[in-house]
Amino acid sequence: MEGYRILKHNWTIPSAWDIDVYRKQCTFGYETARKVVTTMEPSAVRETVKQAGLRGRGGAGFPAGVKWGFVPKNASKPTYLINNADEGEPGTFKDRYIMERDPHQMIEGMIIAGFALQAPQAYIYIRGELGLAARRVQNAIDQAYAAGFLGKGIFGTGYSLEMTVHRGAGAYVCGEETGLISSIEGKKGNPRLKPPFPAVVGAFGAPSIVNNTETLTSIPYILEHGVEAYRTFGTEKSPGTKLFTVSGHVEKPGVYELPLGFPLKKLLYDVCGGIRGGHKLKAVIPGGSSAPVLTADEAERANLDYESLMEVGSMLGSGGVIVMDDTTDMVWALKNLTHFYAHESCGQCTPCREGTRWLDDIVTRFYENRATEEDFDRLLDICDSMSGTTICALSDAAVFPVKSFITKFRDEFEKHTVHGTGG
Amino acid sequence: METSDKPAKIAFSEENERRFQRLLPHYPNREAAMIPALHLLLEQYGFVSREVMAYVAERLEVPLSKVLAVASFYTMLNMERVGRYHIQVCRTLSCALRGSEEILAHLEKRLGIKAGETTPDGKFTLSTVECLASCGTGPVLQINRDQYEESLTVEKIDAILDRLP
Repeated sequence: MEGYRILKHNWTIPSAWDIDVYRKQCTFGYETARKVVTTMEPSAVRETVKQAGLRGRGGAGFPAGVKWGFVPKNASKPTYLINNADEGEPGTFKDRYIMERDPHQMIEGMIIAGFALQAPQAYIYIRGELGLAARRVQNAIDQAYAAGFLGKGIFGTGYSLEMTVHRGAGAYVCGEETGLISSIEGKKGNPRLKPPFPAVVGAFGAPSIVNNTETLTSIPYILEHGVEAYRTFGTEKSPGTKLFTVSGHVEKPGVYELPLGFPLKKLLYDVCGGIRGGHKLKAVIPGGSSAPVLTADEAERANLDYESLMEVGSMLGSGGVIVMDDTTDMVWALKNLTHFYAHESCGQCTPCREGTRWLDDIVTRFYENRATEEDFDRLLDICDSMSGTTICALSDAAVFPVKSFITKFRDEFEKHTVHGTGG
Repeated sequence: METSDKPAKIAFSEENERRFQRLLPHYPNREAAMIPALHLLLEQYGFVSREVMAYVAERLEVPLSKVLAVASFYTMLNMERVGRYHIQVCRTLSCALRGSEEILAHLEKRLGIKAGETTPDGKFTLSTVECLASCGTGPVLQINRDQYEESLTVEKIDAILDRLP
């Protein structure tokens, strides 16, 4: 079923995290980075990634090559390349697998990106909980230094690149790029107002490009095989392949690499073996917990690319597909998520700090059959005051599940009011 | 790990001093080494005490308030002493759909404590945590800083607890 192997190719090769195995048995093997650094102009690398249409795989889907172009020419400070490996979006577990199974391909992608940006220093911000991933990546970095692929004058050229693992310490909001920058600077992970964008004023006041781990790991293929080859996968506006992490009520949860535009229905029923135990599909959250929920009908006609999921009122996000079957109590499921956002709000902006708590309180009221009809409007009012009024997207992310759950599964919430018949 | 209630003066161990010195050149200023330094001391002492924070402030040449702000912001930087085994059960949706509530209930019963508590002998602390990025193999829990246990069942929990010395 899986013929698409840009990102997962090396995962089945034993000990691909060891540099000898990576160089002898895996694709790229640092030869792509060598070719790029020794024969190409940085501007040509940037242009290639832009033409390939690679879009950010962390959630926002912003074109990586365009983002790279925002670094001011002749900036007074050097550019930092930052790999966002703070994987924390509920339902998402792809970057952890990349780091544990194939850290060298990610590092090779970072060398190419670093060269394209002429960055002297790269950071890999790894979520604090991911101990094995951090050890594998650090070991891979040490090996790459020893081989002359990192450090001073890499591949015998004049380009030098230092690479540092920086581990987080438990905060969802640090996955937001400006929160991550605050955290690298040794501060609380409070996000910052944009503009200025990190590409202009980022870490330590210097231009900084923050790319997701999967985005960076996609880069060696593009430079090795070219724009056209990459664009044979996916759709016109969403080129390439993407890792989808499927969890919840399917027979075979896991990480699957698929071309963008792949039908969600085929992912659920063919790739993942269908809904568990012969149950029926009820709902799918297609892009991590911050993406609006889809009903079974919507899910079965959606395709997995940025545009198609926008059309059905949701988003591709991080590619974390959470599947719920007909045994799922949607009020219970939403309460689980409102608790998450209330816990993770950094508290900096009032609408988010107060709003996430209120959402959780009121959804809990539904769960405990104490809600009234007015609570529907109250939830929507709070959602309105939280949308677009804060520094970062966490507030909006908390709103999406609430609005979509109570709209699409209103009958279930009705049953949980004091006048309801069920519960 | 330091267990006495009156620890000797807080300081990096020799090994951690070397690690600290190695990481400083990776940053343009000392403050940026805050989280890495706290991780090192957390490994060494088991929790971020006021003395640990004062030591970090001194070594990074920043006010104590900055260290306190960081230590209180991040969930992994325990400011209270935890048990020898800190069992952290993921409570977020994907794990919950696969039965994490039963896993937590079983742990509470076996250990005789609620989430957020420590057993009287100081062996176990039980907590719930948010998504551990292991949703495909849920329910999942983490023991201390670095050990994942995946695809949990009640039987598996019993085997894990029996195996911990």
